Amino acid sequence: MKCQKCDKKATFHITDLVDGEPSEVHLCEDCAQAFLAPPADDDASDVMPAMAGLLAQQLAVGETAEELARLDKQACPVCGITFREFRKQGRLGCPHDYVCFADELEPLLLNIHDEIHHVGKVPKGYGANAEQQTQLIRLRREMKEAVAREDYEEASKLRDEIRAIEATRDAPDPSGENA
Amino acid sequence: MPLNFEELAQASGEWLKGSGPESDIVISSRIRLARNLAEFPFIARATPADRIEIEKILHARIAASNDSKKFPGELLYVDVSELPEVDRAFLVERQLISRELSESDGARAVAIDKREQYSVMINEEDHLRIQVMHSGLDLETAWAQIDMLDDLIEEQVTYAYNEKLGYLTACPTNVGTGIRVSVMLHLPALVITRQIDKVFRSLQKINLAVRGLYGEGSQAMGDFYQISNQVTLGLSEQELVKKVSDVVPVLIDYERQAREFLVRESQETLHDRVSRAYGILRNAQTISSEETLHLLSSVRMGVNLGLIGDVAIPTVNKLFVHTQPAHLQKLAGMELDSSDRNIERASYLRRHLGGDGANTTHN
Repeated sequence: MKCQKCDKKATFHITDLVDGEPSEVHLCEDCAQAFLAPPADDDASDVMPAMAGLLAQQLAVGETAEELARLDKQACPVCGITFREFRKQGRLGCPHDYVCFADELEPLLLNIHDEIHHVGKVPKGYGANAEQQTQLIRLRREMKEAVAREDYEEASKLRDEIRAIEATRDAPDPSGENA
Repeated sequence: MPLNFEELAQASGEWLKGSGPESDIVISSRIRLARNLAEFPFIARATPADRIEIEKILHARIAASNDSKKFPGELLYVDVSELPEVDRAFLVERQLISRELSESDGARAVAIDKREQYSVMINEEDHLRIQVMHSGLDLETAWAQIDMLDDLIEEQVTYAYNEKLGYLTACPTNVGTGIRVSVMLHLPALVITRQIDKVFRSLQKINLAVRGLYGEGSQAMGDFYQISNQVTLGLSEQELVKKVSDVVPVLIDYERQAREFLVRESQETLHDRVSRAYGILRNAQTISSEETLHLLSSVRMGVNLGLIGDVAIPTVNKLFVHTQPAHLQKLAGMELDSSDRNIERASYLRRHLGGDGANTTHN
């Protein structure tokens, strides 16, 4: 028997489903491999766009040059990342970004999740102190900057603020240090 | 406690057991949670010093939990930044760390439980990535276990969390629950009958992601596909577990129907395909990783359909992983280049499938 696609000998006899109906296809080895491989326009190994790619698509939608310039200027007071930087790398800089870029992130979150309200688990020890803890990121950064410009008075003020917040943390059991 | 790679290489990880419900088609169930410490920048903005500090804090907390016997099982702590490339690749092949953790820079680590049921990655895309893995379809158990591990760690740290958005993550695609619920399925008959694209499209419509599993390089590995939730915000963890759980029986049913169809409509072709694959694996003298995965997939289906009687599913599952480059080198106890690996791989397969020259040992 000849291959249905070329003139070589058919060595593969494949049962294909066409609209749920079985039909026999007789092919040579080369044509069978091409037939059995997923079609090129459908990369079966990664059908969904990667999350980051999905995000990039979402981020690229409909911003005017004017709006972009505005976003460039907008930086998180805690970690210093600009919204533009986030758009470029698809990764946020710190927890506070969700607060300071709330308006920009909302349409994006709606696009990805169809939702903007968490309804799942709540950390057991959750108080209002997570946001306060996040301020440590800003304080440590400002302290480093103060030291760099030799403003030691400011640096020591910041260091006291940092220590005050750190002291409010649950003191974890340090017994595991040497495991 | 240090990780003994040789011991780990010989062992068979949880997800390779080939046990658990529906394990002819469902290889494993995996759940991971993404978490961050409130007091540090996310990894993208973290300085090398921040990363060292995060690693130190989390290492101490996890070790403290483990010492207090709260963590189930025995924990091995691995400093990934200190590992040679082959050991990192080994852990990736084993699914204990992600490729991202293996290939990134700076302070990073993983805590692995000795049974390989869970691992906790530190400084991956998020400060913490907790994952639990079970053989077969067992998402409920995996959720109960990971929920408890998450609580244990959270007792000692403050997670980045806010009331409106839930757990805050480096990438907005994970915010809310930070959960990724996934099952790994072996779907060779849907691939052969070319139904797989249709299945993918219907999964996408209900917001589920599909990924091929990668072996060496970027080829999809042996008809293994991972189905997972796309959305992490606005649904509870239990709802997301259920969403993935509910679709699995449907996929299992499709695959079984496709297998029955092949048996019914082209028994000889199918039997021939399976037997040829088995014959090559038992007799080849040199074989690439790609060809191995492709042939093992047919053999695995053949065993499940009763067309091959003298090899067990756990053995086949193990071969999928043990014939990967880093595993081969660990098992052989030496570094091997690509062509030596192909020779060693063929020899390993002959030894484990009782093929020609099964008694040949590696010197």
